[in-house]
Amino acid sequence: MSRYDYKHQLGTSQSPVTRRISLMQAIHLDAPLLGGLLVLVCVGLFVLYSASGQSTDTLLRQLLRIVAGFAAMMVMAFIPPRTYKRWTPWLFGIGIILLIGVLVTGTEAKGAQRWLAIPGTGVRFQPSEIMKVVVPMMLAWYLAERALPPGWKPVLLAAVLILVPTLLIAKQPDLGTSLLIASSGFLVLFLSGLDWKYIVGLAAAAVPAGAGVWMVMHDYQRQRVLTFLDPERDPWGAGWNITQSKTAIGSGGWEGKGWLHGTQAHLDFLPESSTDFIIAVLAEEFGLLGICALLLIYFAIVARGMYIAMNAQDTYSRLLAGSLTLTFFVYVFVNIGMVSGILPVVGVPLPMVSYGGTSIVTLMSSFGILMSIHTHRKLVST
Amino acid sequence: MPKPITLKDHYRETRVFARRAVVSVFVVILLIVALVARMVYLQVLQYEKYSSLSDDNRVSVEPVAPTRGLVVDRNGHLLADNRPSYSVSITRELCPDIDDTLEKLSRLVEISDSRLDDFHKRLAQRRRPFTPVAVKFKLTEAEIAIIAVNQHLLPGVSLSANLVRHYPHAEAMSHAVGYVGRINESELQKLNATRYSATEHIGKTGVEAFYEERLHGEVGFQTIETDARGRITKVLERTDPIPGENLQLFMDLSTQLAAMQALEGRRGAVVAIEPETGGILALASVPGFNANLFVTGIDYATYNALQNSRARPLFNRTLQGRYPPGSTIKPIVGLGGIETGATTWDYSIYDPGFYKLENDSRFYRDWKKWGHGVVNLHSAIVESCDTYFYELAFNMGVDSIHDFMAPFGFGDRTGVDLINESKGLLPSRFWKKATRNMPWFPGETLITGIGQGYMLATPLQLALSTAILANHGNKVQPRMVKAIGGTPLPAPEVGPPITLKNPENWDRIIKSMRDVVHSAKGTARGIAKDLPGYDIAGKTGTAQVLGIKQDEEYDAEKIAEWHRDHALFVGFAPVQNPKIAIAVLVENGGGGGSTAAPVARLVLDAYFESLRQDANVPTTRAVQTP
Repeated sequence: MSRYDYKHQLGTSQSPVTRRISLMQAIHLDAPLLGGLLVLVCVGLFVLYSASGQSTDTLLRQLLRIVAGFAAMMVMAFIPPRTYKRWTPWLFGIGIILLIGVLVTGTEAKGAQRWLAIPGTGVRFQPSEIMKVVVPMMLAWYLAERALPPGWKPVLLAAVLILVPTLLIAKQPDLGTSLLIASSGFLVLFLSGLDWKYIVGLAAAAVPAGAGVWMVMHDYQRQRVLTFLDPERDPWGAGWNITQSKTAIGSGGWEGKGWLHGTQAHLDFLPESSTDFIIAVLAEEFGLLGICALLLIYFAIVARGMYIAMNAQDTYSRLLAGSLTLTFFVYVFVNIGMVSGILPVVGVPLPMVSYGGTSIVTLMSSFGILMSIHTHRKLVST
Repeated sequence: MPKPITLKDHYRETRVFARRAVVSVFVVILLIVALVARMVYLQVLQYEKYSSLSDDNRVSVEPVAPTRGLVVDRNGHLLADNRPSYSVSITRELCPDIDDTLEKLSRLVEISDSRLDDFHKRLAQRRRPFTPVAVKFKLTEAEIAIIAVNQHLLPGVSLSANLVRHYPHAEAMSHAVGYVGRINESELQKLNATRYSATEHIGKTGVEAFYEERLHGEVGFQTIETDARGRITKVLERTDPIPGENLQLFMDLSTQLAAMQALEGRRGAVVAIEPETGGILALASVPGFNANLFVTGIDYATYNALQNSRARPLFNRTLQGRYPPGSTIKPIVGLGGIETGATTWDYSIYDPGFYKLENDSRFYRDWKKWGHGVVNLHSAIVESCDTYFYELAFNMGVDSIHDFMAPFGFGDRTGVDLINESKGLLPSRFWKKATRNMPWFPGETLITGIGQGYMLATPLQLALSTAILANHGNKVQPRMVKAIGGTPLPAPEVGPPITLKNPENWDRIIKSMRDVVHSAKGTARGIAKDLPGYDIAGKTGTAQVLGIKQDEEYDAEKIAEWHRDHALFVGFAPVQNPKIAIAVLVENGGGGGSTAAPVARLVLDAYFESLRQDANVPTTRAVQTP
């Protein structure tokens, strides 16, 4: 494998001229990944148009965010990986400070403190979004300097690096995001070759940990878990969302009711149809075939991401690219799993499809990093 | 100690990573398969279930209430129609703070505490989300306007309109037309659930109750698509309801209003019948009540006040009131005396003011203390001599009286098309033995002859017997409804006419009744003055409410109002070609001639005036339809 990689590297380096004249290479974009993302975004806009009740206004605003996302991606792709590596500890430090800042001064939004206002500008942002990228960077940075697979000491320290931001975000409280960030950190550990015995041990510890988490949970969080376990418990209240989304999905059948003909979404039965539950609209209007097509697009993107990771030239890039790609898939899985009723309802949007700005910009930034890793190549991999 | 140099084995690290990446991709594929499996489960295996759930969500079959038929009088005047009524409701799911909204709302319109209690009760009941719960019904236009203007301050508050029964002459028609009210539990069990699925009201009394079947109409259905807020987005299919049929009554509104007005301030009843058809021209029970109060639900205090009033406004005196008919039955008893041979037109007696039976120490007194002197049947009717009828009754015997009077409708239901009619009571030996297990005493026969004692009749029965008398024995059945949906109802089957051995006796007894009004000694001579072109045959009656002890004098001044005599009058007009037969009862009104007869005169005048106006109108008014 490695031998093949080496030959491959030599192969590409033998024709530096061809590399330079490629426009995509020049602007540091990866064509297959870009193509996959563009298809996904287009599908998303189609579904959103229907889900929003054919609101061109919503569509334009989403388009604006996508453009902003692509801009962010291009900027991120332009920055070489070594710069990221150099800045990683600083970014992590700043991120932690911002998270503490949120807890101290954060503005209230929907009962939880997630937003931080930049003084004087009126711009608000969620530091936890930044951490979705920075935590895997930090883990990759830390582990890349260690002998891999990591021994128990680095694993312990890595665990601390994961737990600090996780707990800070959980405290906001934003259980969904904190778990996703923890998983992105864990994925770095996993890819670095974390011994299976740690993984089994972690799984074994999950049960008492779960009980502990239950104790410190907020009421609405417990409610979500209970509703997930038994949606029929309160069909008009907390269980309404999941009952209606399952109905929307199930009534789609093989081929769906047709674009703009989903009754669940259009008659307002489906809550959050433009945001977290948008997959139900797709399932209702395009059926099982639509779902399979979408999953195929996601898989293509994940596959390309993993290909980039495997071909990355240094450990930091490898770990970062791999974990960002897998985290992206975790979002997809958690969202579809929650909407279809196999996971509890945690507020995770469907990547690139759900209406909403922050998520798209964050995801596109991480794809920018992937492209940066793939397009800034050294002659010799380390 | 030198800083330990981490020796990195790049080959090994790449291999480890590659292995983990492959594992990851494998897990990713596994999870995608799991998601697809879940989707296959929901979309293929459970498709039927979720598809129908989705349809249930959006599509519902909703019954559409038919419009209730109208009720009009013989000239097409509206007696019952349907009017839009506005109510204000709150939808909990759209209302951020119920208590706050209620408080704001109560500052705009008055909401009674009992309505508030009812609202909270209904709000607590389990129901589909986004179902509005009514706070107040029957809003005035000013209330509608003030809520509409402030609606932006009241999220979740909505106004809605629906058709509600309305009675333009609610008080006058309260017992004749009756009223509709909300369907109650026991009615619900008897009703056809489908037919009444959209109906909230049902006829409770009067014509509204008796003709419920015809007035109601047939329910319609519409298949509607609703959104999650319960708003109708589309009507997919509709079967229109069939409106109820319109009823035209025999009733003459102006005659009815005249009857109500003539009894104003008193307690009593007027029933007027068209002798030819049996059609009821007036059916007044006074006091009446505002029937509109019952339609949207009467509040407890108002209902209690009506229920507990000593004047008994809710009691339909015309059908349910059982009164001693008193002297009003004398013409029929007299006719029976002639028919059975108990007396003749020429037979006369001397009336000393009382009658005495052998072996009975009791004095059966005449209303006139010193007696009427020499009286025959004619003068006994004109002057209403009791002594003559004591003797006549004694000679006839109670069973003969019973047998002769029964065909005139006494002691049985008339079969009128109204509910809760009373039978009255026509006593006989058999009746007393059967119900009281007592023998009949001769003294009881005497007082039966003057319409006292056990004998009881409803004002409707009195009017009917008078109509039969006016018809020379041809029976009719009293009825309210003339036509349904423009088609006249056929006359109901009635028994064979009452035949006399000598039919001339009809005219002779009617002549006596005419002289009650039109002769100098007649007990109702007071109403003969300035009669506008018609004459009246009648008979007064004064019925004792309280038994007067021997040798005690009846003094109206000394007796409490509730113990005073009932005043009665029966009659018909014109004498030769009767158009109207009437019975008047004034509870505790005193003398029949002085109190009841003038009421009859006012009602008759109103009817003939109405007939005259009707004749002047070239075409008869059509039944109005909305």
